[in-house]
Amino acid sequence: MGRYVARRLLQMIPVFIGTTLLIFLMVNALPGDPVKALWGDKPPDPAQVAQIKHDRGLDLPLWEQYLHYMKGLFQGDFGNTIAGNRPILDEITQAFPVSMRLAAMAWTFELVVGITLGVIAGVRRGRIIDTTVTFFTLIVISVPIFVFGLGFQLIFGNELGWVKPTVQDSESFQQLMLPALVLGLVGLAYVARLTRTSIKENRSADYIRTAVAKGLPRRRIISRHLLRNSLIPVVTYLGTDIGALMGGAVITEGIFNVSGVGNLLYLGISRREGAVIVGIVTVLVIVYLLASLLVDLLYAVLDPRIRYA
Amino acid sequence: MPDLMKSPAADEPEVALAPPSGKAAEAGEVGGARSLWGDAWRDLRRRPLFVISGLLILLVLLVSAFPGLFTSADPGSGDLTNNFLGSPQLGHFFQDDWFGYDRQGRSIYARVVFGARNSVMVGLGVTLLVTVFGGLVGMLAGYFGGFWDSLLSRITDVFFGIPFLLGAMVVLNAFTDRDVWVITGALAFLGWTQIARVMRGAVITTKHADYVMAAKALGAGTKRILFRHVLPNAVAPVIVVATIALGTYIVAESTLSYLGLGFASDAVSWGADISDATQDIRNNPHTLIFPAGMLSITVLAFIMLGDAVREALDPKLR
Repeated sequence: MGRYVARRLLQMIPVFIGTTLLIFLMVNALPGDPVKALWGDKPPDPAQVAQIKHDRGLDLPLWEQYLHYMKGLFQGDFGNTIAGNRPILDEITQAFPVSMRLAAMAWTFELVVGITLGVIAGVRRGRIIDTTVTFFTLIVISVPIFVFGLGFQLIFGNELGWVKPTVQDSESFQQLMLPALVLGLVGLAYVARLTRTSIKENRSADYIRTAVAKGLPRRRIISRHLLRNSLIPVVTYLGTDIGALMGGAVITEGIFNVSGVGNLLYLGISRREGAVIVGIVTVLVIVYLLASLLVDLLYAVLDPRIRYA
Repeated sequence: MPDLMKSPAADEPEVALAPPSGKAAEAGEVGGARSLWGDAWRDLRRRPLFVISGLLILLVLLVSAFPGLFTSADPGSGDLTNNFLGSPQLGHFFQDDWFGYDRQGRSIYARVVFGARNSVMVGLGVTLLVTVFGGLVGMLAGYFGGFWDSLLSRITDVFFGIPFLLGAMVVLNAFTDRDVWVITGALAFLGWTQIARVMRGAVITTKHADYVMAAKALGAGTKRILFRHVLPNAVAPVIVVATIALGTYIVAESTLSYLGLGFASDAVSWGADISDATQDIRNNPHTLIFPAGMLSITVLAFIMLGDAVREALDPKLR
């Protein structure tokens, strides 16, 4: 087990380097110049542009810039923003707790409601409740998420007045409820679909027939035998979704005015602040890699046949 | 042991297809024996879900190919005397004011009809690219194993580590003149990893089959084994995933349009119209409902088709 974890941690290194390099290249090799953007529509002064670029090391070859960046990163230096010259680490540490709260709420919502719906639909397959759940999940996946976001904001926020239409206090559990619901909606649909398919497949397995023949109560068969064996694909999805929820909240955070990572990313992309984007993606990649390691270790808990030597 | 450690992580959760047994794709030609696909087709024809989604997709394809057949109105020209006035006239089938008019007095019906092409082309184009490229990467990684598997799988991991929407935003932000090709390319650039993972898993389960061994023993070349024996038997889960993914690419395009990173605003596309409509949904919800509805129905049709094919191919789900 210890050796397996150590090996997996070592395997993460090339993936980590590769992903940061890829996003670094995507941000920097594509056309667009953040320094010239400082002048807006006015023609920039070439001497000043060159001076700023030289100060920031932006005139070096790309690979040298990347090395400098990584060197700073390991010392906890994420660089400064080009517009405003603020430390990027400060901006990230300000935005992350907000996004983490939002993501944790959305994730819990996915987990609890998604698995419950999936189990109900899978156990009663072909009945009305199964058709309803399946249809609901299909609708959720087919409608763009911003339509749900704006629609819910209009209905629950403006018309019915149940919640504040936008988030004013990012620590308020109550105000984050609606954004979290919208953020978790698509994941919920996928979790429900995965659980349903998995349950449906395992329903006719031999061990279920044995459990039924032993006369075990239905509740116990579903929770201990059927659900536990059906959870592996669901756990895989939920594990990789943590990072996606934190980084993928661009739309939701924009609609509900949450000042989290998604908002920061959106600003970074539109201002071409490469270092902001790379910094956030770096943190997200670490979250994603650790989450997928955790998922793999969870497999062994769910299915004792899987062992890590 | 290494297989046991790798396989749960590498398998795509959505696809729990049993590996097709026998040399299914070609068995149909031999009289009597029913092939996997022949079997699936027999099963599919009787499923209402498949028939409905299939017909819907055919209709959408027809509309995108020949929008002029469905309306004579020009989606680009607006009559400002109409602006927002026309709330939908649901009785006026196929007429210009069927779905009402938008802010600039353009017929929403005409825009929905002419907007289909861009959305459908993005969906089809991205799916085609990721299936060919991701399929090739997955096939090579799965079949050759060892060094090539490690290398290709790590590259896949690298691309998988970048959130899809976020990566697409970064790429598209660099282009000012975004047309179908740019958007398709950006989505495909980041989207191929899912197919590669599914294909790799399917090839690994197929490559040790007896008929592959037999072909090898008979001296068949690597190319022949890969494309005549392994591929036809490993392609089923890929087709299912690709069909469902096609729908999600169409949704992704509209989401990017909403962020202002999709089609240029003078293009006629569902995504652009939806994002345009979101500015005024309170007073004029009809400008949102029709393009968003058409987009959702199209996406729904592709996902339902993928679901139906999956259930028909997987004996465990029958």
